[in-house]
Amino acid sequence: MEPVVELVDVVAVLGAFPALAGATLTVERGEIVLLRGPNGAGKTSLLRLCAGLLAVERGTATVLGVDLVLDRAAVRPRVGLLGHSNGLYADLTVADNVRFWGATVGASADEVQGAMSRMGLAERLADVSVGKLSAGQRRRTALACLVARRAELWLLDEPHAGLDATGRDELDATLRSAAAASATVIVASHELERAGSLATRVVEVVGGQVR
Amino acid sequence: MLSVWAVSRLVAGKDLRVEWRSRIVTNQVVPFAALMMVMFAFALDSDTVLKRVAPGLVWLAAMFSLLVIVQRAFAVETADGALDALRVAGVRGAGIFLGKAMSLAAQLAVLELILLGAAIVLYDTQLVGSGVTLLICTYLTATAGLAFIGTLYGGLAAGARGRETLLPLLMLPVAAPVLIGATRATEAALGTQGATTGDGWPWIGLLLLFAVVFGAGGSLAFGSLIDE
Amino acid sequence: MNRASVNGSSTSTRFTRALGVATILGLGWLAAFGLLISPDDVVQGSYARLLYIHVPSAWLAYLAFGVTGLASAGYLWPRTRNLNWDRIAGASAEVGVVFMAITLVSGSLWGKVTWGTYWTWDARLTTTAFLFVTYIGYLAVRDLGGSHEQRARRSGVVALLAVLEVPLVHFSVKWWRPLHQSETIERGGLKGLMLFSFFVGMVTFTLLYVWLVMHRQRLIALNDIVDDRGLDRALAERRNEAAS
Repeated sequence: MEPVVELVDVVAVLGAFPALAGATLTVERGEIVLLRGPNGAGKTSLLRLCAGLLAVERGTATVLGVDLVLDRAAVRPRVGLLGHSNGLYADLTVADNVRFWGATVGASADEVQGAMSRMGLAERLADVSVGKLSAGQRRRTALACLVARRAELWLLDEPHAGLDATGRDELDATLRSAAAASATVIVASHELERAGSLATRVVEVVGGQVR
Repeated sequence: MLSVWAVSRLVAGKDLRVEWRSRIVTNQVVPFAALMMVMFAFALDSDTVLKRVAPGLVWLAAMFSLLVIVQRAFAVETADGALDALRVAGVRGAGIFLGKAMSLAAQLAVLELILLGAAIVLYDTQLVGSGVTLLICTYLTATAGLAFIGTLYGGLAAGARGRETLLPLLMLPVAAPVLIGATRATEAALGTQGATTGDGWPWIGLLLLFAVVFGAGGSLAFGSLIDE
Repeated sequence: MNRASVNGSSTSTRFTRALGVATILGLGWLAAFGLLISPDDVVQGSYARLLYIHVPSAWLAYLAFGVTGLASAGYLWPRTRNLNWDRIAGASAEVGVVFMAITLVSGSLWGKVTWGTYWTWDARLTTTAFLFVTYIGYLAVRDLGGSHEQRARRSGVVALLAVLEVPLVHFSVKWWRPLHQSETIERGGLKGLMLFSFFVGMVTFTLLYVWLVMHRQRLIALNDIVDDRGLDRALAERRNEAAS
């Protein structure tokens, strides 16, 4: 089967700085790949590139069958990126947010409800303003939005940050079940313990390149 | 993929819901606008002058309030990376543009009504029966034009450091025809300084043209403007 | 267009040198004529000499603005997309904003001594002032950072919107203040040597414009190349630090 992500010697820039200096990576469907590396290594840029947000300066990049050099905008509806921010509207409730993001792909009310319960966003949280939630609850809301959007590729940047131990385990369980449902997950993290329990493969990112 | 119209309804609904929950425009911008009307009175210090320039002051206050409302509209998007997320969602740029413009227009319309009320109370402005149609048309066309340029340049100036101060510099010159046109048409509708409603209708034509130009231009350009 | 000229570190070519010489000669004539040889105007006296600067500057400013608009369209149109268009647009805007300022100042001074006011709200003047501010906004947008393509896209859109905006501003001001005091500067009897010198002025300023824009655009191209070469160097550095 065609790989979900295929990057060959990709260079990407932030202004004048080469965030990615020749990155090569292949990811198959259903994998959970952990990108590990120090701060500034290029993990975030790699994720943003796969989301079609960062332009490919050199090299070739194909994600979900879309050539990012030719038309990186086309891959965006099918990808879910959860960066350092959550992409949520703090003044709106959990339900409002998930419903809004689901509506961008025409999700039904059932799908929205399903997304929320899969993320453990119980009835009582549904009508709470996102601004009032804890960091972990906000993360789960953001993930519910990804589910509601039926994203095929999940790109998560330090998703465990700010979560307590239970929160992290819950997150891992969610990610594993997402991959089982044949979404593909790429997680960037500089935490060392996650490797064994979560990922099917660990990849090192250093100096804008992939080992 | 959702149609442009569906996206714009979605985004407009979301923006208005955010405002409904946070009440920022109601609680902060409206008092600011009313305050401006009071301060104009302090500065101009003459009842006859105020009465004569009331239409101009109303639109001036509306334009400065627009700057604040636009900043707020885009701060909502950039606060938690929502604009990024909208881009990732592959949502049509024209849809986002029209949706935000509609929401902006709605908030602006309410604000303008309040400003007109303030003018009636503070500057002794009087409405004239024969001019009401002209007045309504002025409001509709001017508000549309202002909402379009607000959304367009707001999107350009949104987000990264140093860009917020760019908004007034870009937007105010472009809004000049609206200021001139709306003020003249309002004067004609109110019969200020001997203007008759006949004088006002050509200005409506100009305002309509302005709204169409920037509505179309914005729809085409917005997607690439917010793109990285 | 750039290949031959962007060699080494110079932006000059035989063509621009010839152009430069012609421009200097033209400016020399203009100065000699404008300040010394031409007679005083019957009505305005010596102050009319300001017009030798003012009118060509205005022509140049509007030409520059038009070129910026066209070049922006050239970049944004997918079939002709090329960063050279963007560089021309930027160079033209920089030259244009300077001459716009000269136009406004010289016009203002001339207005003071002939009509008694520094400013009047007529359509042409107000549109010029509007354009000046728009130029400044345009140049600010070019400095927002990001890749060369982003710069080109953003500023291109701003330039085209400004072009659409100009007739709107012009007509709104014209209807607003229909009194046309300024029509009188359509000088009725410009004859012989004066008329010829006006022509020389227009042609010379046009040559000056082309010369300035060519050099500035090449300079921008060189800067862009430095940015790109900088990328190669930065790439090498980053890979080295990774290896160590």
